[in-house]
Amino acid sequence: MRSIKDYAPIVGVDVIDHLRQLARPLEGLKVVHVNSTRVGGGVAEILHKLVPLKAELGIDARWEVIRGEEAFFSCTKNFHNGLQGIPVAMTDSLLTAYEQTNERNAEELRPILEEADIVFIHDPQPLLLLKWCPNRRGKWIWRCHIDLSRPFRPVWKYLRPFVVQYDASIFSLADFAQPLPHVQYLIPPSIDPLSDKNRDLSPDDVAGVYSRFGIDPERPVMLQISRFDRFKDPTGVVRAYRLVKQFIPTVQLVLAGGTATDDPEGAMVLAEVQAEAEGDGDAHILLLPPDADITVNALQRAANIVLQKSIREGFGLTVTEALWKGKPVIGGNVGGIRLQVIDHHTGFLVSSPEGAALRTRYLLQHPEEAFQMGRKARDLVRENFLITRHLREYLSLMVSAVYGDEERIELEMYGGSAASGLVS
Amino acid sequence: MADSNNSLGAFEIKDCALVAIATGERAQNLRELRDKLQTVAAGSIYYHFWARLLRPRFDTPQYINDFATWSHYSLHDQILAERLAIIDPTAFESLEVLRQELVDIIEQRLDEIELAPWTKADSQFHFVRSQIVVFDTQMKLESPEDLVDVIPNLSLGSIYYHFIDARRRTEGSKDDFHAWLSAFGPAYADLCHRLGTVDPYFVSLSELRHQLAMLFTTYFGRVPV
Repeated sequence: MRSIKDYAPIVGVDVIDHLRQLARPLEGLKVVHVNSTRVGGGVAEILHKLVPLKAELGIDARWEVIRGEEAFFSCTKNFHNGLQGIPVAMTDSLLTAYEQTNERNAEELRPILEEADIVFIHDPQPLLLLKWCPNRRGKWIWRCHIDLSRPFRPVWKYLRPFVVQYDASIFSLADFAQPLPHVQYLIPPSIDPLSDKNRDLSPDDVAGVYSRFGIDPERPVMLQISRFDRFKDPTGVVRAYRLVKQFIPTVQLVLAGGTATDDPEGAMVLAEVQAEAEGDGDAHILLLPPDADITVNALQRAANIVLQKSIREGFGLTVTEALWKGKPVIGGNVGGIRLQVIDHHTGFLVSSPEGAALRTRYLLQHPEEAFQMGRKARDLVRENFLITRHLREYLSLMVSAVYGDEERIELEMYGGSAASGLVS
Repeated sequence: MADSNNSLGAFEIKDCALVAIATGERAQNLRELRDKLQTVAAGSIYYHFWARLLRPRFDTPQYINDFATWSHYSLHDQILAERLAIIDPTAFESLEVLRQELVDIIEQRLDEIELAPWTKADSQFHFVRSQIVVFDTQMKLESPEDLVDVIPNLSLGSIYYHFIDARRRTEGSKDDFHAWLSAFGPAYADLCHRLGTVDPYFVSLSELRHQLAMLFTTYFGRVPV
């Protein structure tokens, strides 16, 4: 089990001390996180790390996962697409499955949720649990991880009445905030520098992925790591690769991703991408299992160019991962990618396959510039997007939730821990 | 809180963290920015000038405050960006005076141009405010000379609290070190004067910490232990 002090060599002892002091008034607080998958996707990854760290700081933190059937996940995938602006169908049968699944999970989780001091509900899947917990005593906070800047209105119209019942929301960027009658906190997510996906690897570990996947180590590699999801534009990446190959015939493409249990569209998108790349021996489409963290790490380190050509993006943790490994990223000019890809400094922002191809060619022709960008990229992540910063902001938010929406909260004014003071 | 550090007692080291909160207010063109600036909470103006020090940023930004940055990158109005960037918030006695200065500059620009510059829907200016969470580190300085040893290891949150945030809390908008040292009478008048020459607005917090560490080291004539 990793300890919080293990991060001190990376972020500094003062940052760790800061976390301990910030957590002191929260000792004993009952905090529950709820989402819909334990494996796959950025939310599960973050919770795997954040929840144990909160517990180590004395917070009574736990993580619950709701269960659902195919119709439920079809509905929430539609929500996901709709909230990111894609027109989707919302049939009565799917909405019924959504509501009944939340009600059924609430039956099981109610004792835990109603007793909690703070409940974090992640994304739309478990949003309705609040409705079925009428005797809740704590603060309920909706954590929206997706790009809500321009939602498909019918979906938002359906979900908004449930969101407004929460005590607060959290968004990754100010651009995603909506007119809501409660406090909207802004917290970007983070990566764990000590996880298998991000820790340093030996040269042998990195070299292993070449032989394993039939990649030629002597030739340049373009890489995109992401779930097979249309918002990640994997077919656009294949088109960008084709454009690059016209000028640099030796280039190879690796498009690698896993699936999440709450994403029923993944197989369909994978098939589309495979069809797009069919017949090209230099285009490697890899479906990775959920536990392939070291493989992902090695692929990111082995790549010459990392792309994240999303057309919508809540944040883009795969961007953060690549930047942390000193790789400049060519990213779609959307959502949280803009916060990380500082155009011409840590990579390039693009809006089309043509733009991605142009910037790829440029970086392959200017390796020294790519190296300098990579150095800046790692510094940017160290200062802003590691889990210690994320934890600090969660702790600050919990203090805020406990002590109220005042502009200034001075903790020495309050005696004891917050755990006993939150009952509303 | 400031009171604990402006008498002849020990200097209590505090630390802080900021919680960013969306106000829901946004602007898509210069006229909207002017209108929102007139009504948005003063804390939001403070956030867009100062909170950049404690949130994601990159190197030395081309423009120092968010209003100038947005004018440059989203409105593509270079003249306005330069006029807004030169504003030094420490030169204004209150946020309300600073607010009026912003509004005046924007109105002047609106008078000069025929069409109010605008930007795309996904590049709007989002007004954000912040909460500051302050906590006691349990560290105390008994003597001004202790600053030599403590400053180099102070967290960036502490630097922000005592050198930036202090200007909102102390009489005369001074930093906490200045307020504490002033309580010793003329003994540290020269040190107070030197502190007054440190410009916190154009540097990062780590650079500011380094400048303060050098200042105290030079003044007391010894290196940290």
